[in-house]
Amino acid sequence: MDLLSWMAWTAPVAIFFVCIALMLIGMTIWELRSPTVPRKGLLPLVTTRGDRLFIGLLLAAYINLAWTGVTDLTQWWGAMLGAVGLVCVMRWG
Amino acid sequence: MSVAKPVNQRAWWLVLPVLVSVAFSALIPLMTVVNYSVQDILSPSQSVFVGWEWYKEVLRDPELHSALFRQLIFSAAVLAIQIPLGIALALSMPKEGWRSSLVLVLLAMPLLVPWNVVGTIWQIFARADIGLLGYVLTQLGFDYNYAQEPWDAWITVLVMDVWHWTPLVALLAFAGLRAIPEAYYQAARIDGASRWAVFRYVQLPKLRSVLMIAVLLRLMDSFMIYTEPFVLTGGGPGTATTFLSQYLTQKAVGQFDLGPAAAFSLVYFLIILLLCFVLYNFMKSVGAGEQQARSA
Repeated sequence: MDLLSWMAWTAPVAIFFVCIALMLIGMTIWELRSPTVPRKGLLPLVTTRGDRLFIGLLLAAYINLAWTGVTDLTQWWGAMLGAVGLVCVMRWG
Repeated sequence: MSVAKPVNQRAWWLVLPVLVSVAFSALIPLMTVVNYSVQDILSPSQSVFVGWEWYKEVLRDPELHSALFRQLIFSAAVLAIQIPLGIALALSMPKEGWRSSLVLVLLAMPLLVPWNVVGTIWQIFARADIGLLGYVLTQLGFDYNYAQEPWDAWITVLVMDVWHWTPLVALLAFAGLRAIPEAYYQAARIDGASRWAVFRYVQLPKLRSVLMIAVLLRLMDSFMIYTEPFVLTGGGPGTATTFLSQYLTQKAVGQFDLGPAAAFSLVYFLIILLLCFVLYNFMKSVGAGEQQARSA
């Protein structure tokens, strides 16, 4: 692991990146089994499944940043709100 | 009888070199920045996990808010001036012959000048004592001093950026105009279309793709501007021309606060990502709307 020590890894960040990687692998398998059909939902643009994941992740990041910038409450609430936002965009976006 | 064409998945291996180069040039450095953003880096071998602490500090920093506000104004001004001016230049350029080649070479010259040299050129050019621009403005009765007056500094930085980068927009627009088939112009002439109608209904829709690239490039570049204002004004007077990149450099290099600088970098990255995404989709939807209106 000395080779990667310059990257200053910590467990929470490693878990975060593993989740992102698993999400991308899952999306790839989903795409291979059932190719996406572009559709227009609540968002004002036609999106594929990958587009909605990107928008959902961006939304989750902004929700977390807003939570950090505005409140002093625990970040877990922000993380949960971000996850709910991601699910909503994937389902109805 | 139709025969299904076999899918050759071996083509995916051809993407591997790109993936490897992107991983080493973008992904791994980005992952490192994420790691740094949640730690207090005391020394290369000593760090403490601090969670969201640096994000909290960065997002509540009034200096960052001011730098972001200045940056948004600057980028909006850059787009509002350079895109119409670039199109106007492209429309007025000779289409063929030696004049066209000459204009293209002259137009491309500012793009060949290194960024720090651009800053130095304008630093001298705008000085009231020895610079042509500063001297002429002073002689005309303007109280111009970019080193002391925030407005003068702003206008000088903006004009410098317009001089440096409008040629890029003009060259892109010119390439787009040259790609429009002559048949479109002939049809417009037969219909008795005015010069404005030709521009509005033939040239502008055909330029949409190149203009989208131009807008995105200029938005991203103007949002990351560093060298030219750093050389010209050093971010001053005061903090009048301190944009996001300069503020980030002050934190990362000047104060060596790697944790807050990393958190700031990620916030900065997310802002650019969001702006580009919104602008790209907006321009795409405008183009799609026009196509629908024409086919209706």
